[in-house]
Amino acid sequence: MTRFSAWEVFRQGLRGQTGWSRQWRDPEPKARYDVVIVGGGLHGLATAFYLAENHGITNVAVLEKGWIGGGNGGRNTTIVRSNYAQPANRRFYEHSLRLWEDLSHELNYNVMFSQRSHIALQHSPGAMDRAARNYNLMRRTGTPDAEIWGLDRLRAEVPHLNYGPDARFPIVGAAVQTRAGTARHDAVAWGYARGADGRGVDILQNCEVTGVARDGDRITALETTRGRIEAGRVGFAVAGHTSQLWQMAGLGGLPIESHLLQAFVSEPLKPLLDQVVVFGVGGAHFYISQSDKGGMVFGGDLDWYKSFSQRGNLPIVHDVSEAAMSILPCLGRVKLLRHWGGVMDMSMDGSPFICRTPLRNLYLNAGWNYGGFKATPASGWWFADLIANERPDPMVADYTLDRFARGLQIDERGAGADAKLHG
Amino acid sequence: MIRLDCPFCGTRDHAEFAYGGDGSVTYPPLDAPTGAWHDAVFLRDNPKGRVVETWHHLHGCRMWLRVERDTVTHEVFSVRPAHPGLAEALE
Amino acid sequence: MTARRLDAGGRIDRTRRIRFAWDGAEARGFAGDTLASALMASGHPVVGRSFKYHRPRGIMSAGVEESGAIVTVGEGARAEPNVKATAQELYEGLSARGQNAWPNVRWDAGSVSGLFGRFFAAGFYYKTFMGLPPFEWGRGTGLWMRYEALIRRAAGMGAASREPDPDAYETAHARCDVLVVGSGPAGLRAALTAAEAGRDVILVEQDFELGGDLLSDPSEWAARDEMVAALEKAGVRVMLRTTAFGLYDHGVAGLVERVTDHLAAPDPALPRQRVWTVRAGATVVATGALERTVAFAGNDRPGVMTAQAAATYATRFGVLPGERVVIAANNDSAYGPAAVLAGAGAEVTVLDLRDAPPDAPDGVTVRAGRTVAEAHGARGVTRVRMARPVRDGFAGAGWLDCDLLCMAAGWTPVVNLGSHRDVRATWDAGLATFLPGPSREALHFAGAAAGVWDRARCAASGEAAAKRAMGEAAPAPEPGGWERPIAPLYEVRVPDVTRKSFVDPQHDVTASDVRLAHREGFVSVEHLKRYTTLGMATDQGKVGNVIGLALMAEALGREIPAVGTTRFRPPYTPVSIGALAGRSVGTHFRPTRRTPLHDWNLAHGATMTDAGLWRRPWFYPRAGEGIAEAYVREAATVREAVGICDVSSLGKIAVQGPDAAEFLNRVYVNGFLKLPIGKARYGVMLRDDGFVMDDGTTWRLGEEEFLMTTTTTGAGRVMVWLEELLQTRWPELRVHVASTTDAWASVSVAGPRSRETIEACLADGSDISDAALPFMGVARMRLANGTEGWIARISFSGERAFELFVPALDGPGMMDLLWPEAERRGGCLYGLEALGTLRIEKGHVTGAELDGRVTLDDAGLGRMASTKKAFVGDALRRRSELERDDRPRLVGLFPKDRSATFKAGSILHAPGEAEGMGAGWVTAVTHSPALGHWIGLGFISGGAAAWDGRPAVADDPTRGGSCEVEVVSPHMFDADGGRMRG
Repeated sequence: MTRFSAWEVFRQGLRGQTGWSRQWRDPEPKARYDVVIVGGGLHGLATAFYLAENHGITNVAVLEKGWIGGGNGGRNTTIVRSNYAQPANRRFYEHSLRLWEDLSHELNYNVMFSQRSHIALQHSPGAMDRAARNYNLMRRTGTPDAEIWGLDRLRAEVPHLNYGPDARFPIVGAAVQTRAGTARHDAVAWGYARGADGRGVDILQNCEVTGVARDGDRITALETTRGRIEAGRVGFAVAGHTSQLWQMAGLGGLPIESHLLQAFVSEPLKPLLDQVVVFGVGGAHFYISQSDKGGMVFGGDLDWYKSFSQRGNLPIVHDVSEAAMSILPCLGRVKLLRHWGGVMDMSMDGSPFICRTPLRNLYLNAGWNYGGFKATPASGWWFADLIANERPDPMVADYTLDRFARGLQIDERGAGADAKLHG
Repeated sequence: MIRLDCPFCGTRDHAEFAYGGDGSVTYPPLDAPTGAWHDAVFLRDNPKGRVVETWHHLHGCRMWLRVERDTVTHEVFSVRPAHPGLAEALE
Repeated sequence: MTARRLDAGGRIDRTRRIRFAWDGAEARGFAGDTLASALMASGHPVVGRSFKYHRPRGIMSAGVEESGAIVTVGEGARAEPNVKATAQELYEGLSARGQNAWPNVRWDAGSVSGLFGRFFAAGFYYKTFMGLPPFEWGRGTGLWMRYEALIRRAAGMGAASREPDPDAYETAHARCDVLVVGSGPAGLRAALTAAEAGRDVILVEQDFELGGDLLSDPSEWAARDEMVAALEKAGVRVMLRTTAFGLYDHGVAGLVERVTDHLAAPDPALPRQRVWTVRAGATVVATGALERTVAFAGNDRPGVMTAQAAATYATRFGVLPGERVVIAANNDSAYGPAAVLAGAGAEVTVLDLRDAPPDAPDGVTVRAGRTVAEAHGARGVTRVRMARPVRDGFAGAGWLDCDLLCMAAGWTPVVNLGSHRDVRATWDAGLATFLPGPSREALHFAGAAAGVWDRARCAASGEAAAKRAMGEAAPAPEPGGWERPIAPLYEVRVPDVTRKSFVDPQHDVTASDVRLAHREGFVSVEHLKRYTTLGMATDQGKVGNVIGLALMAEALGREIPAVGTTRFRPPYTPVSIGALAGRSVGTHFRPTRRTPLHDWNLAHGATMTDAGLWRRPWFYPRAGEGIAEAYVREAATVREAVGICDVSSLGKIAVQGPDAAEFLNRVYVNGFLKLPIGKARYGVMLRDDGFVMDDGTTWRLGEEEFLMTTTTTGAGRVMVWLEELLQTRWPELRVHVASTTDAWASVSVAGPRSRETIEACLADGSDISDAALPFMGVARMRLANGTEGWIARISFSGERAFELFVPALDGPGMMDLLWPEAERRGGCLYGLEALGTLRIEKGHVTGAELDGRVTLDDAGLGRMASTKKAFVGDALRRRSELERDDRPRLVGLFPKDRSATFKAGSILHAPGEAEGMGAGWVTAVTHSPALGHWIGLGFISGGAAAWDGRPAVADDPTRGGSCEVEVVSPHMFDADGGRMRG
C-alpha cells in the first residue's frame, strides 16, 4: 500500500498520476472467514479495520450489497460532536471524538476532520439552563471544550445570524463545543476500506446477503449473491435495514423502525459560515455547515413516516428551508442544489446497539438513528472489541437490546418509546 | 407527498396527518405483565413493503386511521377509521 | 470567438434597447435577449472562471445545462451568485459580474493554480494536507485546519451576501388532471391533446417563451404561434418562467415560478419567486434532450459550444457566435445548425466522424471521417486540430483556423425528473443514449425526453403521452429518427497531446481524472462521482455524466450499462432557499399564539416571553425595575396580599360521556372514578413506557362531564394521546374529547386577599366562601358585569388561590373588574418568572423537572399512584432500573451560605468530586422572598433522605461558579399546605 503524503502527490504529479494503484482490492470471496461483517458502510468498514488493527484478526470479509459507503455514510450532513449527556453516550461519543482527532493520521487518509466548533443556539433562559446542564457534564467528564456563550460572544463569532427584532424566537446565547466540527464522509469510508484492505480484510462489493444459515443458536454461513460464505462470527452493521437481516436470521422484532431523513446541499459559495450551527425551538430542528467545497450542507427532521425509500417529500423541504431562513436570512438567494434521503434505524430511545444477540456468534451494531456518522470510529472500535473478545467492554455495556426490559432507556431527548421522535 | 384518502375528509396531503405507529400492534390490558407491555411498546417487525399503520388526521378531522401502505413505494392500499365501530359503520 | 449581432432576425425586439452592466461597465442588448446572448453580442468571450483551475470560460450552451457562463447577478443584499447567464432574461438595469476570479474573469490571478494542475488530480486532497509536508508528520487536526482555511477561500464559486434577503417569496398550491412539463413540440401537443379532451391541464415552461426547440427554427414560428393560440383557447393554464424542479410521491410536483427576476422595476407587492405544490392526476414529461460534447484537449475554451446552442443564438437571438465555424459531428443533428450558421453568413466546416455523412447544406463544407482533437486559443478558440480515426484511437489530421467550435456529439434525454421516481434510465446502444424506462406511476415521457429526435414524431409522441395520461391506450413512437446512425464518440485523444480534456468543465474534472479514479478502484458510478466530483457542480452533470460513464466503461473494458448511471436528485435546476421558505420567515417562521388577555397584559405593562408557541407575560416591571426586582416583588406580593396571573395558555380539554370517569381513571395514575361533581383533582399521566407525560388538574363539572387542564407545552400532545387511546385502544369507552383551550380566558388569583378581591367582582348570589368553595372546589360563578364562568379553588402558588375561567372574549372585561380590586388591596399582576418563584418554593414540578426521563417516584409523586387500579404506564414503570433507590429524586436546595447564589443547569455532586457525572443536577433556581435567600429545585441520587446532613456542591463550570448547597425537601415553604387550604 502506497503511503499517502505530499511527497507522493508531488512525485505522482511529475509522473502523470500513473503510479497510483487501487485503494482497496476487489477480491473473490473465500469459502470461509473468521469474521464476516455484513454492511460495507462506515461502521462495518471501521469494524473491519479495528478487528485487524487492534485485535490482529485479519481473516475478515465485509459484505456490501452495493458499493461501500453508499448507504447513510454517503448521504449525511457530516457533523462530528460529542455533546451527549446520558452516561452511556457521554463516554462513548467522547471516545469517538478523540479517535476522530487523529483519524487522518491513523488511516493515512485525509478525512478532513475540521474542528470548527458546533454552535447550538438557545432561545430562552430556560433553554440556556438545560444546555448548561449537559455542557457542565461534558466539562466534568473529559470534554474541556464545552462552553456556554452569551449573546455578545455569539454575535462576535457569527455576526450574520438573525439577531433582529423580526426573529420569531430570539437568540439569547449558545452552547458550544469547539472541538466538534465536520468531516469528509466519503473519505472516512475509503480511508477505513483502504486501511482494512491493507491489513488483509476482503471487501466484497455487490455482495448482498440473501439468506442466513443456522445450526441451532449459531450462524454457520451466509448465502449471498456471490455465493455461500461460511463464517466463524458474524457482525451485522446495516443501518436502515437491520430488521430485514434480523428476520432473515429468524430473530423477530427489534426496538427499531426505519425512517427517512433528507439532507440538503446548496450551490458552492465562497466562505459564508465558518462553524456548524444548529437549533431546535418551536418544533423546528435544523443544522447547517459549509463544506470545504463551498456548499451549504443542512438538514432537519425526519419525513415523519416510516420509509425504506431513499427519497423524501416536499413538506420537509419547505420546513428545512424555513428553518434556514429563520436563522440565516441571507440564504434567501442561495440556491438548493440537491436534496436526497437516507433510511435510518430509529431506535426506541434514540441510542444505539452494540451487543450480543440471541445467536451465540452473531453480534449487532444498529440503531444509530441519525447520529451514526460521528460515532463511526468508536462504533468500529468497540464493535470489533466485542466481536474479538466475545463480551462487551463496560464502554458499551448499556448498548444492549435488553435495556428496555430493564428500564434503562438512554433517551437524550426524553421523547419516550416512539422511534420517530429521536432525531 | 403521500396522499391519504381520509374517509371523513377526502384525499389530503400527508402533511396534514401525523404518522402514529405500527398498526399491527395489539396493546395488552393495562394490568398485563411487564413483558407483554415491553413487547408491545418496544418491539417492531419493521417490514419493508406492505404494512398496516396508524395515522392521525391532526390538521383535519382528528380521527385516527388505519392505513395500509407500502413503505418502499408509498403506495396506499386502504385508509379506514381506526375505531372499529366507525369503520364498520362506514362499510 | 468574434460574435456579432446580426442585422435582422431573431425573436428579440430590436425596438427595445436594454442597458445593463457587466463587471461595472455599461453594455447593451435587446428585449428578448438572455444575459448570455447580450454578452455574446457585446463581445465578451470570457464570462466565467472554472472551479479548480480558474480557467477562462465562455458561453457553452443556450440553456440551464450551462457550465461556463456562471455569473453573479444583482448588487448588495440582492446579489445572487451562480446564475446561469444562458437562462437569465435580460432587463433594463440588470447588473451582472464575473465570479470566482480576481480581479476579474478576463485577468484572474487565480489562474496560476492551473500551472500546478498536474499535481491537483482527482482526490489529491485525500492524500495530503494531514500533517507537516512532505511526509505528513504530526498528529491531530491543527495543520489540516490551516490548509483548510486556504482551500475554503479558493473553493466555492460565487459569493453570497451576508445581508438578509430583502425580497419576499411565497408558496402556492394547485391541482390539475394533467401536468405537462416542457413546451417543445411534444409538450405543446400533449397539452393541447389533453385540454381539447376536456382535461384540466397545466403546462410549465422554464423559458420565458413557449416553444422549446421550435424557438430556434424560424420556419416553425408560425405553426408555434397557432399552437399557442389553440392552447389558450382550450383553457390550458400556461406557466412561463416556471421550472418543475422535482416530482414527488403520488403525482405531486414541485414548481418554482420566477415572478420578477426578469423585471427592471417589479411591483413591490409581488413575490420574487413562488414555489408551487401541484397535485396532478398524471404528468407528461416533455423536457427535451441536451446536446453532448466530447472530451478532447482544450474542449473547455471560450468559443466551444454545442451546435444547437450556436444555432439558437443565431436564430432566436440574432447573434452570430462566430464567423469561421467548425462543427464536430457524429450524427445528423449537426446539419440543421450548420445550415443556419452558414445562412447567417458564417463559413462553416462540418467534421463528421462518419465515413458517409449526409449531403452538405448550401455553403457548408463537410469533411467525412474527421473530428476534432484539440482546440487552441487562450481567450477564445483560434484554431483546432483535426483527427481521424485509426485502429485503437485517433491520429492528428492537420489544423483548421476558426473562431467557433461547435460540438454535435449526440443527445441525452432529460430523464432527471423520472430518476427521483425510480424510472431507470436504460442505455440504447443504437442511439448511444440513455432512455427513460417504464414507470409504475402516471408518468409519461414524450418527445426528445423519450429519445424521439425528429420534430414531427415528437408531436406524435406528445399526443400519445397525453392519451396515456388520460387512461387511453396509445403506443409511443419508437425512439430515434435520424436517417443515418450515430457514430458514438466520447473522447478524442491523439498520442502527442497532453493538455487537459474536460469531462465536467464546471468542476474541472478531466478525462485523466476519470482514468485515475479507475486506477484507484473507484469504478462504480457513485464512487466515480464522489471521488472526482464529476456531475456534482451546479449543472449536476447534465452534460458531462455520460462522457464520464463512457470513459469509465472504456477503462473497465465493459459496456456503458455495466457501469450504470447515477440517480439524479431534485431539484432539476437549483431553487432559491428563500422561495422554498415562502412566507414562513421572520416572525412568521412559526405561529404565534396569544391569549385572550394579550392586549390587556401589554396595556398593563407586561414584558412578554415565549412559552412554546405562546406569548406569555414574563413580569410586569414598575419604574426602575428590571426582571430581578420585578419578579421578587411580584412573588412577595402574592404571598402577602394578592396577585393575578394569566393562565389562559394552559391546555384545556373537555372530556365528556358516560365513560368519562373510567377513561380518566385509566389515563391518570391516581383515581378519578370517585371524584365528586364540583371538585378538582391534581392528576399525573404517564407514557406507555412508564415515564411522566404531563400533569394538571381535572375538574368534574357533571356526572359525565370533566374539564382537564394540561401544561401549556403539553396540551397538543395530550390531546392527540387521548384521541389515540379512545379511537385505537379503548373503542368501547363512550367518551368524547375536545380541545377548549382557545375558548377560555383564565386567570389565577392568588394570595391571602384573593377571595376578597374576587368577591368584590362577583354578582350577588355567587358564594366563594370556604364553606361554599373549599380547597379543590369547583363552582359556577357570575361576575358583576354579568359574565358567567367557572371558578376553582386550586393553587399552584401555595397560597389561597382561585382559577377563574370565562369565555375568551369576556377575558379583558373580567380583568377590568379584578385588577382595580386587587390593586386596591396592595396586589399586583404577576408573570411567569414570579410564578416560577412561587412554585419552586412549593416544590411543584413543571417542564423543567419533567423532562421525559423522570418517573413518578423520581418526581416525588409515587404515593399518588393508585394501587387499586391499573393505569397507562403502570406495567413498564415497574422495570428494575426504574425502581432503584439511588435514582435521582426531586429535592430542594439551599445555598449553605445563605447569601450565595447558584444556577439552574449546575451539576450536583459530593464535595471533592471535581470530575465525573456527579450525583444530580439543578433544574430551577430563584430568589425566594418568603425565605429570604436563593433556593433551587433539582434531582439528586437517592433524594433528600440520602443527603440528610451531607452537603452537596452545585457546580457550574461552563458559566463559572461552584456553590455548596444543602439538600432539603422540595417543599421548602409551607410544607403542610396550610396557606393554600386556609
